[in-house]
Amino acid sequence: MLSEAGTAVTAQQAGRARRPARRLLPWVEGGTLLVALVAPFALSERTDLVTLATNVMILSLLAISFDLCWGLSGIMSFGQALFFGVAGYVIALVGRDLEFSQLWATLPLAMLVGLLLAGLFAAFLLLGRKAPTTIFVALGTLTGSYAAERLVSGWQYVGAGNGLSAVKLLQLGGYEFVEGAAFYFLALIVLVLIYLGSRFIKRSQLGLVLAGMRQNEERLAFFGYRVQLFKALVFSLAGMVAGLGGALYSYHQGFIGPGNMGPGLSTTAVIYCLFGGSGTLIGPVLGTVAVEVLTYVLADIDAIKRIWPVILGLVLLAVVMFQPKGFLGLLVSDRERIGSYGRRRSGGS
Amino acid sequence: MALLQIRGVSKSFRTLRALESVDVDVQAGTFHGLIGPNGSGKSTLLKAIAGAHFADGGTIVFDGHDITRATPYERARLGLSLKFQITAVLPELSVYDNVLLAIQSGESLMRLLLSSSRRALDGEVTALLERFRLIDRADDLAAELSHGQQQWLEIAMALALRPKLLLLDEPTGGMSPEERRVTGTLLAPIKAHCTLIIVEHDLHFIRDICDHLTVLDQGRVLDHGDVETIQRSPKVQQVFTTRV
Repeated sequence: MLSEAGTAVTAQQAGRARRPARRLLPWVEGGTLLVALVAPFALSERTDLVTLATNVMILSLLAISFDLCWGLSGIMSFGQALFFGVAGYVIALVGRDLEFSQLWATLPLAMLVGLLLAGLFAAFLLLGRKAPTTIFVALGTLTGSYAAERLVSGWQYVGAGNGLSAVKLLQLGGYEFVEGAAFYFLALIVLVLIYLGSRFIKRSQLGLVLAGMRQNEERLAFFGYRVQLFKALVFSLAGMVAGLGGALYSYHQGFIGPGNMGPGLSTTAVIYCLFGGSGTLIGPVLGTVAVEVLTYVLADIDAIKRIWPVILGLVLLAVVMFQPKGFLGLLVSDRERIGSYGRRRSGGS
Repeated sequence: MALLQIRGVSKSFRTLRALESVDVDVQAGTFHGLIGPNGSGKSTLLKAIAGAHFADGGTIVFDGHDITRATPYERARLGLSLKFQITAVLPELSVYDNVLLAIQSGESLMRLLLSSSRRALDGEVTALLERFRLIDRADDLAAELSHGQQQWLEIAMALALRPKLLLLDEPTGGMSPEERRVTGTLLAPIKAHCTLIIVEHDLHFIRDICDHLTVLDQGRVLDHGDVETIQRSPKVQQVFTTRV
């Protein structure tokens, strides 16, 4: 009798029609990769645009780094540039003082620097007995980023306010990566590998833990998850990704300065992510493309050259206020954006 | 020895004395009800057991372990599971994923990363969803469920941890009479493998499901015993008049 009653309750609910799932994100990802593959050929006449595209690839790593923290795990970090900049400085110093810039060693070194530095920050900010608040973590990371910028600005050994210029070119054996198509494809390969790794995490059972943590971390603690440990792990991995980006940036630009580890770039990473659509991984990449291209175009128009940062700021403010899911949120459903982890049942209703 | 021993537990919120020297024993394999008027300290006691907040004084021993200052994570690992008073399902995840998230909490980090147990746990997730009549909603977002179904999902998630002791804070709150009746039926079979402490305002529901009751009033234990004893207790009748 009770069984019948219970069945009636669910049957009533189950009568609702379920829309077929449409997955757009793989198409967006595939389309982006296709454009990225042909871009250097299409832009071969304009070396400045190839340089811009390479820069976008590298800064996308910083954007993914922030998305791992905020979009996937709910950690509000305003200090991702710290790991980016410190790793950039380290490989620049290795090039200057040890005259060494082999790819097989320096890129892993940059990743290690980012990982360890972020791990150190995580130990202070996230691994307390009581769960830290979002504001505490945001201010802690922001302070770290600011303090590091101020520190290197006055430190002669690392070039003080002038930063380190003429960074030794990245090498693979006897081959040197200079600005252009070769560096572009190197940056693209690194970005694709990091993207696939991040996507693998997002779609795994660990990704489900992160998605739950982002929504209600207290609930997860009552399930028996060591939430702070998971946060520290993701934060460290994100630091590793940022470190890798910082090394590539340093090699590509031939320069690294205090501003590359300060709150300015940290906030820009937040903007890339929010502009494109946090939690989607591809959104932050597209956000980086949009912001950097917009910046490049607006800064080149004489009439608005002086006020372009204001215009850019207003556009971004409008996106955050009226489209907080980013512009990818206009195309992709919440369901797809957040992800589904268990098996979907075709005969569900 | 009782599965849960609470001795002299006190808890204050600023000037409000919410619990004062509370002693409760909960035997394994029983359904134990915490009842009392509004503000009597029922939910505060439940939260002190679960670790949502720490007791100011006294001790809480669970299955031989002193858990008075243990974190929720540590308590969960010892076999203690809580269903919150306010539904705390994860609204942006599917019903299936909510249960999977609870069930996989014992997996190692590497197995979670490699999704090693996703297929193996499918049977358990499906069985729980079938048992709680949610299998037809498995792919829907938890936020799309009715309030009563969210409560069932919460209980399913709490049971997914295979707890030794399940704490339910007002499991039938906001439910229709029919849903309450079904909830009672859904809970009955768990007695075979799980002890239950339940805080509930619906005294008929409590009377039907529980073996033992502890009555709280103004943060103190007013009386305790089996349902018949409590129903006959003059002290309890004075507080509840004819409500039990």
